[in-house]
Amino acid sequence: MRDTILEHDISRITDLAKQGKRADGRALDEMREFSVVKDKFENAEGSAIVRLGKTEVVAGIKMEVGKPYPDSQDEGAISVGAELVPIAHPDYESGPPSPIEIEVARVVDRGIRESKSIDFKKLCIKEGEAVWVSYFDFYAINSDGNLFDAGSIAALVCFMNSRIPKINVDNKIIKHEYEGKIELKRLPVLTTFVKVGGRILLDPTYVEEKAAEARYSVATTEDGFISAMQKGVGGSFTLDEVNYMIDLGFKTGNEVRKKLQKV
Amino acid sequence: MSKMDEVVDYKKTKKRLDGRKMDELRPLSIKVGVIPNADGSAYLEWGQNKVYAAVYGPREALPKHTQNPYKAVVKVNYRMTTFSVPERKRPGPNRRDHEISKVLGEALDRAIFTENFPNTEIGVFVEVADSNAGSRVACLVAASCALADAGIPMRGLVSAVGVGKAFNEIVLDLNKDEEDAPDAVDTPLAIIPNSGEIVLLQMDGLLTRKEWDDVAKMGIKGCMQVYEVQKKALADRFQFEELSKASVEKAVLGNEVSKKEIVGKEVSASKQVKVVSKEKKEDKSKKVRK
Repeated sequence: MRDTILEHDISRITDLAKQGKRADGRALDEMREFSVVKDKFENAEGSAIVRLGKTEVVAGIKMEVGKPYPDSQDEGAISVGAELVPIAHPDYESGPPSPIEIEVARVVDRGIRESKSIDFKKLCIKEGEAVWVSYFDFYAINSDGNLFDAGSIAALVCFMNSRIPKINVDNKIIKHEYEGKIELKRLPVLTTFVKVGGRILLDPTYVEEKAAEARYSVATTEDGFISAMQKGVGGSFTLDEVNYMIDLGFKTGNEVRKKLQKV
Repeated sequence: MSKMDEVVDYKKTKKRLDGRKMDELRPLSIKVGVIPNADGSAYLEWGQNKVYAAVYGPREALPKHTQNPYKAVVKVNYRMTTFSVPERKRPGPNRRDHEISKVLGEALDRAIFTENFPNTEIGVFVEVADSNAGSRVACLVAASCALADAGIPMRGLVSAVGVGKAFNEIVLDLNKDEEDAPDAVDTPLAIIPNSGEIVLLQMDGLLTRKEWDDVAKMGIKGCMQVYEVQKKALADRFQFEELSKASVEKAVLGNEVSKKEIVGKEVSASKQVKVVSKEKKEDKSKKVRK
């Protein structure tokens, strides 16, 4: 495995954090600027290009007709995939899904799924026989850290704008024809933090992630719910730190939502 | 779909399903230098095709057994996103992806002076985000711009186009409807315009000997059109603002000149030097070969 981040960079980032500073001049609790382009890719039912600082991801949704799960005969399903492809960073390699890819995908998935913002019953075509399965996949194009939040923003934009294809009597998709949209009742926004030099940093860059002693993500909704959490990397947090990050997560989430409503 | 059921004959209609002339390309635009982490990169839109290309290297070839003590190894990785096709593609490379990666790598290998960088690899990664026939040539065109952006010495850019036959006519740059025609012939073709070499050539379908002549002619013409777009995209990337004598003096003598101004201009100046030196290198090696 390649590792292009130098030990020197990591100790510099750590020293800065201890003084309450960051290499790019941000405050510790400041998120990078983000921008969104939606519906760029025509073969996708919904798509987005998201730039969060220098991090860039492309994402899209494909809808397929599938069989319902045995325990939910009248509900559709969603699936989230993440790929850290080698186009995005010299350290990334092609190959089977790595543990970090799977973790990113699952955390983004839970943030949306568990917020109950998608009514899976509405994705049912015929009970017990056919339901919509909505596949959301995102790809890193340039990675400068925090693919969790970039992926989560991309997922929200895609699901907010995804069309549902028309189907014929045999439940086969009619190409290029659509009816209806997926509805999102809530907008669960994921916010990710790392602990570097004993300090909490919001929206880490690639080097900050490398320097991280611990990582924490929380998904929050506009009506005051937490829909997913994930602590990662070897270190630890105190309860006070976790509570601080949740409160900051709600605050940041509201700002992100305000921007997303305008997209 | 309805259009496909009728019998379409381009010899009668004189126009293609999307209104193009027989030898007309779909709109093509290229932007060079879009991925900051990469040593070179490009984003290309060609009709509905949208692809990203990035180059990393020359760098140490890993795993070590892939190293070649005589030359750089060009490793191309062609991938399609799951949502880039009408029916969702399964994640992970399939047989088609592997084959395309191989032929693209072999096409680029001829263009690069690989002998200059023994034991290294040049990683070329292309990601298709949206597609409608001709994605491999789109990737090759983008990849070759990304290689130039990375400052890798080459015999020349690689220019490529899809050409072939559909609905009873020889056509340039087939779209998906034309690829699905009953008499469809698809011939991805890539050349190095600098040297006139053909570096990628595939074909499937039925062509007469005479038709092949027309296909080849139209394809090479099409490549030359693509070549112009590539050169323009690279020129846009390396726009060079000549330093005025005064600002050079200020910079050297350390007079009151804002740091930002100097740094900004130094960067663009060094890029220009890179391009110039590359051209010189090409000239030299050409002489040696002759």
